[in-house]
Amino acid sequence: MSISTPERRRVRSRPPVFLVILGILGLAIFVIPFVGLLARVPWSDLPELLTSNIVVDALRLSLLTSIAATALAAVLGVPLAWLMARVEFPGRAIVRGIVTLPLVLPPVVGGAALLFALGRRGLVGEPLYEATGLVLPFSTWGVVIASTFVAMPFLVITVEGALRNLDQRYEGAASTLGASKWTVLRRVTLPMIGPSLLAGLVLTWARAFGEFGATITFAGNLQGRTQTMPLAVFVALESDRDTAVAISLVMVVVSLVVLIALRERWWKAL
Amino acid sequence: MEGAVTRQGLEAHLQVVVTDAFRLEIQLSIPPGKTIALLGPNGAGKSTAVSALAGLRPIDGGRIELTGTVLDDPERAAFVPPEQRHIGVVFQDYLLFPNLSVLENVAFGLRSRGVARDEAVTRSETWIERLGLGGLGVRKPSQLSGGQAQRVALARALVTEPDLLLLDEPLAALDVTTRAELRRTLAEHLRTFPGPRLLITHDPTEAFLLADEIHVIEDGEITQSGTADEIRLRPRTAYVADLVGSNLFAGVADGGRVETAGHHLHVADTDAAGDVLITIRPTAVSVHLHEPDGSPRNTWPTTIELIEPLGERTRLRTGGPLPLVIEITTEATRSLDLAAGTDVWVAVKATEIGVETDRPVSQRSGSRPDAAGGRP
Repeated sequence: MSISTPERRRVRSRPPVFLVILGILGLAIFVIPFVGLLARVPWSDLPELLTSNIVVDALRLSLLTSIAATALAAVLGVPLAWLMARVEFPGRAIVRGIVTLPLVLPPVVGGAALLFALGRRGLVGEPLYEATGLVLPFSTWGVVIASTFVAMPFLVITVEGALRNLDQRYEGAASTLGASKWTVLRRVTLPMIGPSLLAGLVLTWARAFGEFGATITFAGNLQGRTQTMPLAVFVALESDRDTAVAISLVMVVVSLVVLIALRERWWKAL
Repeated sequence: MEGAVTRQGLEAHLQVVVTDAFRLEIQLSIPPGKTIALLGPNGAGKSTAVSALAGLRPIDGGRIELTGTVLDDPERAAFVPPEQRHIGVVFQDYLLFPNLSVLENVAFGLRSRGVARDEAVTRSETWIERLGLGGLGVRKPSQLSGGQAQRVALARALVTEPDLLLLDEPLAALDVTTRAELRRTLAEHLRTFPGPRLLITHDPTEAFLLADEIHVIEDGEITQSGTADEIRLRPRTAYVADLVGSNLFAGVADGGRVETAGHHLHVADTDAAGDVLITIRPTAVSVHLHEPDGSPRNTWPTTIELIEPLGERTRLRTGGPLPLVIEITTEATRSLDLAAGTDVWVAVKATEIGVETDRPVSQRSGSRPDAAGGRP
């Protein structure tokens, strides 16, 4: 008995061979590109490359705009998710479709649409310019808006799902205790969906940090103003491969660190 | 109805259309200091009644009035939202806020109503102590046992000194041992709560022990109202008969024997001592024309007082020394040729007698003579 038990257990828990092979191949699709990237990293020149003007400007701009886009998505996306989850209104299905559109649309198309709408001669852009003198395209604000456009769906979808799954009886219990709607939201609803909210914010930030297509179309590619990390990589690939590799490495490391640090929490929430 | 409205307590006429096929329509009148139980099966509309009273679900017709204030009256377009009603609710599953500590949960109602932090904490701590939860204030609900969570829910509802206390299946989620203990705690705090109280339950024992009066609710309607006695001894529907048809007596236990109204019964539970409640299911009693021999250790002669046919089963009531409600097959009734006035022997196995170390709440007030072993 003492010999056969562990053996039997091992046999039972061994996964099917073909699943293991296919699974490893699947992982390889994610891993091989990064190995290729690491193999091309000019390690000795790295400090110099990473402190160059272009890279420092791009990194600063990327962090700034991705955080701003995440904040904007939180301020606007949480109320939108709440309305979609809690309020019955005509055309709710259509609204859901519109909200998820940026997830499947090529970002370039999104950027073009933003340009037509918010450009200086655009539907909204022209009156905005005449009223305030504000020009969104080819400005840092343009980067933030383009990033928000492509990244906010992650927040809205995650938070809406969490709100739908939340047992609304807790909110009822809070109101019988005398809590106003605002207090219920602040002290019960938001804390209870906290893990999902965090997951949504992280995904939104990660998407905004890596945003390329809508940004280059709507905001252009001006160093220090609209040239974010992905844009800098794109430009450098043409002229200076080593810089492109160095910037890519920074992006991979920053994204990976954030995702791994918060992985535990957002897996639980999703 | 309008003319009969009192200024005190709860006066409610609830009409709620739940689905096309199911509507709730009940009338409740609870004076201050009284506990009414709404006893019924799952899906009878009990929780809908709680939601309507608490203001979580507006009524479609009728009227809710509490201590002279109209809370909901669709005809006059009057509706007071839940946060302004001041009704304490102990919810099924308690619904303690998982992100807040025990102290924060208890203080939630006071803080929401604008009580200053220091005062809210002091008052909450008093209630935490009072419910025997001292030292648990910093814990999260996930770190509490079922019984502790129930006490926190009770403290959270009572600390705001509400005008009405609603208890929605307060003991249903607990195991048997904890339930008996918590029932005593609940009885104690119900007694000291000055306002009207409504207990929602599917457990007849709970209703018998905690309520002054019981409304049986089936399919959204009250099918029978009365004291525990009235309902137990004169069930008016098959459901009530099944639900509350248990024989319930108070007695004193001592080493496997229970003395109730001068009668001695052998019970299987030899550990119980002192005041106990014993229950005998109507189907656990056998009826014989002559003194039975064999295993049942509790036998006594008596007379059949009443026979009620219930289809395939027949319900009998016997006279002294220990009046019982008995249920046997109609076939057995026929073969024994039983009728009102027939002299019989009844037998109950010791293992069929339930013993609960508990006392009925208002036994001392004498409102339930049966609980003291008296005649119906």
